Parts: sequence; C-alpha cells; structure tokens
Amino acid sequence: MKPRSFDYVRVKSLAEAVIALARHGTEAKIIAGGQSLVPLLNMRMASPAILVDINALAELRGISLEGGSLRIGALVRQAEAEGSVEIAKHAPLIAKALPYIGHFAIRNRGTIGGSIALADPAAELPACLLALGGEVEIEGAKGARTVKADDFFKDLYETALGPGDVLIAIRIPVPSKDMRFGFSELARRHGDFAMAGLAACRDGKSARLAFFGVGSTPLRAKKAEAALAKGSLEEAVAVLDHDLDPPDDIHSSGKVKLHLAKTLLRRIAPELAA
Amino acid sequence: MKIADDLPSALTALDRPNSYIGRSVPRPNLARLMQGRGQYVSDLALARMAHVAFARSPHAHARIKKIDAAAAKKTPGVIAVVTGPELAKVITPWVGVLSHLKGIKSAPQHAIAIDRACWQGEAVCAVVAKSRAEAEDAIDLLDIDYEELPVVTDAETALDAKTLVIHPELGDNLTFERKHEAGEVDKAFKEADAVVEATFVFGRHTGVTNEPRAIVAYWNEGEQRLTVYQGTQAPHMMQNLFAKHLSLAEHQVRVVTKDVGGSFGIKVHTYADEMATVALSKLLKRPVKFVADRLESFITDIHARDHRVKAKIGVKKDGTITAFEIDDLTGIGPYSVYPRTSGIEANQVVNLVGGPYKCPNYRALARVVFQNKNVMCQYRAVGHPIATAVTEGLVELAAAKIGIDPLEMRRKNLIPDDGYPCAGASGIKFEKLSHHAALEKLVKMMGYEKLRAEQAELRKKKIYRGLGFASFIEVTNPSAAFYGVGGAKISAQDGATLRLDAQGALIVHSGVTEQGQGTEAVLAQVAASAFGIAIERVRVVTGDTDNTPYGGGTWASRAAGIGGEAAWQAGKALRQNVLAVAASILQSEPKALDIRNGLVVDADTGRERITLDEVARVAYFRPDTLPPGFQAELVATRHYVPRAWPFAFTNGIQASYLEVDIDTGFVKLLRHWCVEDCGTVINPQLVDEQIRGGIVQGIGAALYEHCIYDERGQLLNGNMADYLVPMAGEMPDMEIGHVVSPTADSELGAKGAGEAGTAGAPAVVMNAINDALRPLGAKIITEMPATPGVVLKALGRV
Ligand SMILES: Cc1cc2nc3c(=O)[nH]c(=O)nc-3n(C[C@H](O)[C@H](O)[C@H](O)COP(=O)(O)OP(=O)(O)OC[C@H]3O[C@@H](n4cnc5c(N)ncnc54)[C@H](O)[C@@H]3O)c2cc1C
Repeated sequence: MKPRSFDYVRVKSLAEAVIALARHGTEAKIIAGGQSLVPLLNMRMASPAILVDINALAELRGISLEGGSLRIGALVRQAEAEGSVEIAKHAPLIAKALPYIGHFAIRNRGTIGGSIALADPAAELPACLLALGGEVEIEGAKGARTVKADDFFKDLYETALGPGDVLIAIRIPVPSKDMRFGFSELARRHGDFAMAGLAACRDGKSARLAFFGVGSTPLRAKKAEAALAKGSLEEAVAVLDHDLDPPDDIHSSGKVKLHLAKTLLRRIAPELAA
Repeated sequence: MKIADDLPSALTALDRPNSYIGRSVPRPNLARLMQGRGQYVSDLALARMAHVAFARSPHAHARIKKIDAAAAKKTPGVIAVVTGPELAKVITPWVGVLSHLKGIKSAPQHAIAIDRACWQGEAVCAVVAKSRAEAEDAIDLLDIDYEELPVVTDAETALDAKTLVIHPELGDNLTFERKHEAGEVDKAFKEADAVVEATFVFGRHTGVTNEPRAIVAYWNEGEQRLTVYQGTQAPHMMQNLFAKHLSLAEHQVRVVTKDVGGSFGIKVHTYADEMATVALSKLLKRPVKFVADRLESFITDIHARDHRVKAKIGVKKDGTITAFEIDDLTGIGPYSVYPRTSGIEANQVVNLVGGPYKCPNYRALARVVFQNKNVMCQYRAVGHPIATAVTEGLVELAAAKIGIDPLEMRRKNLIPDDGYPCAGASGIKFEKLSHHAALEKLVKMMGYEKLRAEQAELRKKKIYRGLGFASFIEVTNPSAAFYGVGGAKISAQDGATLRLDAQGALIVHSGVTEQGQGTEAVLAQVAASAFGIAIERVRVVTGDTDNTPYGGGTWASRAAGIGGEAAWQAGKALRQNVLAVAASILQSEPKALDIRNGLVVDADTGRERITLDEVARVAYFRPDTLPPGFQAELVATRHYVPRAWPFAFTNGIQASYLEVDIDTGFVKLLRHWCVEDCGTVINPQLVDEQIRGGIVQGIGAALYEHCIYDERGQLLNGNMADYLVPMAGEMPDMEIGHVVSPTADSELGAKGAGEAGTAGAPAVVMNAINDALRPLGAKIITEMPATPGVVLKALGRV
C-alpha cells in the first residue's frame, strides 16, 4: 500500500494552479484535504503523475454572504464549516449534515470542495448542494463559470469538472423564512458512508428531495417532490418506486435500500412540515 | 465459591503478605506503550535490510503459465525477483495435518505458489527491493500469464461428484470429517414433546489486528544463524518450523518477539508469505522485512468461522432437554493451515455443542471441505461462538416453543454446581464449573424482572427490545491433548526462570508471550507474590527463544493459567534459594525466615533481618564470606503443564439487551452482561478487559464483520471501509461479574479468560434480536451477521 511515485507542486495562486493543471492535463490531480485522494493513491487506484496542492490558495477560503447567497470556499474544512455561524444560520441543512461525515479527525482535514468535487454517491454534501439548489463556481483554462447543482453531478464520480478545472466555491441561495429542512441517513456504524440518506427542504410551494447512497449520483426524487408539495406523504413514499432504482451493493440489496429510502422520507417528513 | 473483587485472594496458598493476586495492578509496559515507545516489528530497521512485496493471484484458481520479470528486474531499487520454483530450492513445503484428527488430509503448501494459485491473494512471485514502495513498483511491471481454472467456492456443493477436486491427489474436497454419537438420540427425540430445528449460518470473518502481520528475517552467513523478529504468539513453535523447513537445526534459529499489536489467533499460524520472507533472507544473505498491508491482510490473514450448522433439539413440556443433534459444514480454503490444521474448529464445535447441559443424548456430524477462498483457521474462541450460538439458539427457540422462561429452561438443564467432576455428552471432562451460581449472579446484576417489565411496557409503544442469554463453556489451559499428541511440535508446558539481580530485584524470563493483553503484568504479579517483593522491582522478559524457557506462547487462553503457574512455582523455589543464602549469612535456618516486601524477615514475627540487596551483594561479590561448601543459587527455573485434565474448562453466562428498529432493521445494543468463572482472578481489570474485548469481537461477528465473497471466489470487501469492524460508538456498556472456582490442578488455580467474551456474545445478540421480534411473528434469525437486510427480511418488510 505505497503510492506510485508522483511529482508535487504547491501552487501559490489560482492562476498558477490553472496553468499547472493545463500543462499536465489528465496526468494531474488536485489535492485538497487528501482524505479521499490519499487512500486512493495508497491503494494505487489513482496514480497521477503530479499532485497540485491547492492548500495555500487564500482565494479558496472563507465563508461569506454575497447578494442572495451564501458562498463557501472550496478549501473550507468540514470541521470549520461545522462551527460556522453563517452556515448554521443560512444553510442549516449543511449544518445538520456535517456531523455525519466520517469522524472529527477526517473533517479536520477534509474540505467542502473536495467532497463536492469527488461526488461520492453516498456522500452528504453533494446531496445537500442538490437539495438546496446550490451552484458550483469553477475556474478553468477557459476562465470562470458557474454550474447549477442539478447539472453538476453527471455519473459515478463524474461531475461537470474537467481535468483542468478548479472548484472555487459553492453557493447556496439564502432560504426564505418558511423553508424547512430535513436530513437523515442510515449508516451501520457512526461515521460510515450511508446505506441510504436524504437531504430535503420544503417551503409552502415546493419540495426538493435529494437521496444519496441509492444511485450513482445524489438523486432528486422529482415525483415524490411533487406529491409532497401537494401535501401527500403517503403518495410521495409510494412514488419513490418510480423515482429510485437503487442498485445492489455489497452491504445491501437495492430492495433494502429502496425500503430504507422510504423509511427516511417518512421519518423526516415531520421536520419538513410547516 | 467466592466473588472476586479487587482484594487479595482468600485462598491460603496464595495469601502471602503483600500478595498481588486478585489486584488490578497496572501493566508494567503501559507507560512505554502509551508514550509510543513500543518495539513493534513493523517499526524495526536493520542495516542492509531489504523489503519484500508479493505479486498475488487476482484469481481464485489459476494456472501460472509464465512470469516475465525482465521489466521488473530493471526497476530502481530492485534486488531480486523470486518465483515459487526458485524459492522451493531453499524451503520445503508443509502439510497441515495432525495425527489425532483421524483422516484429516491436505496438500503440500509452498511458500510461493509453484504453478497454480488456489485462492485470490496467494503469493505467486516475490520482489525484494530497497524499499517497499520500489518493490510494489516492480510488481506493477511483472507480466504474469494466468490461465483461469474453474473454482470451488460453495461449501455446500464442494463434495458433489460433479464438483472439481481442488487437489486431485487427495481424491475429493473433504479435509476432515468427525461423527459422534452418545446416548440414545433417536429414542430421545421420539420421547420429546417438541422438537425444534434450525439452520444456523455463520459468516466468514477475520481478526483485524491493529498491527498487521510483520516479520524481519536475518540470515547471518558468518554465524550460520537465522534471527527472526516476528509478531507471533508462539516463538518456539515458529523456531521449530523455520528450522524444519529451511533444513536447519533449531539452535540455528532465534525468534524474537517484542511488542505485538494484537493477535487474536491470527498470529499463531504459518503464513506462506512469512515463510517466504525467511527463505528469501537465507537466499539473499541479508535482512528481509515483510509487513502485510491492510489489503493483503484481508486476503491472507486467516479467516474464521464460515459454518453452516443444521441443528435440532428435543424438549419435554417441563423444559427438560432430551437430545441435541448437529450437522456442521465448514469451508476452509484450499489448504489446511499449518501446523494447527483447519480441522480444529469443527472438531471443537462437536466437542462443545450442548456442553453446559446434563442432556446425555447427542449426535454430531462435522465436515470440513476445501474451497478456493482464503485459508481459514483458529481465531479467538475457536469453535466456541458457533457451538454456543447453536446450543443457546436452540435452547431459547425451544423455550419459546413450549412457553417457558429461557432462564427457567436453563436452571432445569444446566449441570448442577455440585455435580462435578463429570463429563459432557461429547466426552469432554469437567473438573468444576458453576453454571447455576453464574446464572443467579447475572440475574441479580441485570435486574432481570425489571427489564422484562420494561420490555413489555415499551412494546405497547411499538418499541421492540429483546433480551438474549447464553450459558457457555470455554476450553482453557490445554494439556498436550490439543496439539502435542497429534504430532505438532507445539509446547503444552511452559517455563519461568527467576533470577535475583545484584541489587535484589527480580528478573523473570517466561516462555509465554505478550500480545498486548497484559501477560507481563500477570507474570510480574505472580512472581512478586510468590517470591515476596514489590512489583516495581520485577522485570519480565518474554519472546526470545535464545533467552526464555521453552514454551508454547499465547493461545487457547493459556498464558496466565500455565505460564503463571510456572512463574509461581519458580518464585517459591527462588525464595527457598535466597533464604538458604540469607540463613547462611544470618546463621539461622531457612525455615525460620521468609521474604516479604523485598526484605528477609523472621517468619514468626515479621521482624526485618536483612535486605535482598545485601543478600545479593554477599552472594555475588563476597561469596568468600559464606561457609565453605555453600554455593548460592540465585536463579530458579520451574515448568508447568496441566496433567490432571486435558483442558481446564471454564464457564459463564452472558446477556444482551438491545432494541430493533423494525422500520430499518438496525439493531441498537443497549447493555451487555457477562458473569464468568475463570478460577482465581489474578488481575481483575485485565480479566474484565479481556472479556470486554472478546465481547466486542463477538458482537462484530453477530452484526458487522463479514468477508463477502462472490461465486468466483473474489473477496468483495477486503478493506477497512467495506469490512465493518465493531467500533466504540456502537458498543454497549458491558458489566462483568465473576464466580471463582479455582482449578485444583495448579496452586494458583487460574484458568483462562481470553476467549469467554467472544464465545458467548454472538449467541446473546442473536437471541436478543429474536426475542425482540417474537411478538411481531418475524421469522427466526439464525444468520450472522444480522445485517439490516437480514432483519428486514425476517420481518417480511423487503
Ligand atoms: C475514514 C473516512 C471516512 C469518511 N467518511 C465520509 C462520509 O461519511 N461522508 C463523506 O461525504 N465523506 C467521507 N469521507 C471523505 C471525506 O469527506 C473527504 O474529505 C472528502 O470526500 C474529500 O475531501 P478532501 O478535501 O479530503 O479531498 P481530497 O481527498 O484532497 O480530493 C478528493 C478528490 O477531489 C478532487 N478535488 C479536491 N478539491 C478540489 C477542488 N477544489 N477542485 C477540483 N477538484 C478537487 C481531488 O483531485 C480528488 O480527486 C471519509 C473519509 C475517510 C478517510
């Protein structure tokens, strides 16, 4: 379990990062908190020729309120986010989700941006971003762009990020007063990736349900959202049969996951009620 | 019978002034280990040391057609690339059989596969390089041409005529079979008012040690000697095996075992990659290091359990058990593991089923079969969790069927506490057990009636809690009956050498080993008590075949009971020797003197006569002042092996209180109790923590741990993310109690306690889940681990 050898560069500016990434193309990998990448390197499941360390980039830090949205820098550590007053106030869904990510030691290093960029299908933050209708700020060789969460998660570990792209920040619209949030997941041990999880929000008019651990990306359950917006929980639970088709994994069958997804929806429904 | 507490034992032979027996003395190695100053083999570096990594078969069964090492040999840092046939010139293969397991068979296993790999993970080629990373780089460049062969993975069909025979020369895939019949089984089932049958399935799992297997081998060409630093439970056994298979004399081999980061039975076997490391050192004439990484640990550390047991119990209306019957099938991988064999666990299952009960009618069949999966062998509590879950699962199912309280059912059937000595239906012999006393103590500790009332109350609120129990027996302190009689050179006896140093401190050398469980603390306590010195002045040395008495090491819960007794006897002997010197100096009689708290005193009055360091000073530096013809002997060695009984059986009972979330299938463990009788408790804290740790491993089996294989023999979850070890967050509070029935075979009276927790925990968790779900009409759960999916299925929810 030793990584293949690689080069390493610690970039001092975003521009330098973009140049380094452009030069090495698919041979380069960004390293942020390293909590997912380092195990992949050690198991030789990833073997980039060069690691581009972005930890010195001040541009990627900080949590701020900008216009109508909360901006969380990619390099904000998960533990730092957990203690953030702004996040607790303006993105309570994320505040609810953070303690479920691994263990404290992991959250001390793991970053918000790293979690979104990796897009593990069972991860909490991608589902939160999706449920909240957030956006992702990206800087690449061709300049900056913003991608909506609904368009960001493409497939298993596949996102709108290209090889030369740096995730700069995520943006969460500041919620209306009547917005309610619900978060829950089922993991066999404290800190494990979830067998099934649900990040949800709802106001008077609409609901957004983002399930995780039940597909190759976090998934919106749009039929269930519509049913829930109409106020029918039982119908929402029933139509999950059509929204979700979880594949089997080593720990449980798709059928079990679907059952768990339904249970989660029932359980957080009271939190979503006005 | 007496409940142990943190007080000196009341047993007269042990009741010496300043006795440490029965006291929670902190371990002498605690500060060193807590400060990160352990000496683990993983951290060891020697001059000119090379590192080996192995190319491992990605297939469960494949012919190795060609290994092209040209590119690998050219990579930086590479010292040698060695294949199976090349290494076979240095080391001979082995066969894991024992003559007392009648009919057991296996095929020769090589340090590196010769022309065929028989499980995913078997080493097929070694690369030795200046660093482990460079060795791994070279492995990437090996071009190995495999021809995939059909696989045998399902134990259930391994013996079918149309199934491939893994080792054609053996004729079939049957490793070992044992049948046992006692009493009148058919008649007893006929006379039963109810017969309950169930099939129990125990998943394969493994013992995940903190420190993986680690070995540094150094063949010194000048000395013609091999020194092996190894994290092992049995240094003398390994000395014998290294010598035998490298064609050396045993005195040419030294095995050194300093700190070991946990063993649990994983480190008491012969591993092909470790044998290869030793052979490579001989071949290359330099130190070679191998440390298993986590990924290879999962595919090469022995796996455990993997049993399917069809079982049956007969009961009368009044709760009397009339008969037990089992049919056990277990798959053990392609080789019986050397030298202890992979037949022992099934053999134990046959020995232990029904063990706590009076019932004389018992029929058992156990079959052990080969398959193309990682090897399986003895892991903490060998066979006990299987036998206990089957027996106690049946007892609780039968109790439910005839409508009797599960504890009443046990009160009716457990061997009475005054019924010893006696034998069990499988032929095992009991000196003195305390099932009833343990049960009554447990009932009191847990507040049984109150919990039952709470359970009933909560059910009305749709909260489903369950209580499960398991009475059990544990094999400890084995005599030569375990391995020696079967021809394995595994010492059943153990020795201790005690020496008074020149300042009157006590140096203890013992043949048993420290795996992190506190052996050295126990040895220090026993030696200090027997000799009569403060424990701060005792130093314990273990784990060095050049410097410790010959012994078996740590396994089968033997270190305290056997190694402890040897230290006790040696302590007494050295006391006599020292008193002889003191008497000679004081012109007194040894009989009139004693050693207490590090001083030679008048035996009658306790008045100080001379200090130990003065005795040592005279004996070592001024022997000329001693009477002519008197020779001081300040070293004493004693050995001990249990002779009166093949094994010192212990007993105990556990209980689990848990809650099942019937919508998710999740199980929340609330509380856990264990009352256990290991005879004399030398160190209550160490015993309790052994039991707690053992319970955690048993809970792992019941709920979490599982080596999941696909039908092609691929391990699907061989990493720490997907293989779920039990973690502190999910563990319940565990209350431990003791009943004390010392063995009369030794003066110390200590039996083992290392496996009791693991023996009973899976059974109680399973029983408690079934108890919780009973009012819901759920199907009985007899499968481990009981995952949320298993529970939901039993509830008919998925
Ligand atoms: C034991 C353990 C348990 C865990 N449990 C959970 C859990 O329950 N839930 C969960 O969600 N996560 C869990 N994690 C993962 C953890 O949250 C990681 O921190 C996170 O997935 C990745 O963040 P990182 O900053 O460590 O990224 P890194 O590991 O450094 O990188 C991960 C990937 O993202 C890319 N990347 C990182 N930052 C950027 C960026 N700014 N722009 C573009 N690409 C980038 C990297 O190139 C790499 O491909 C666990 C990890 C461990 C070790």
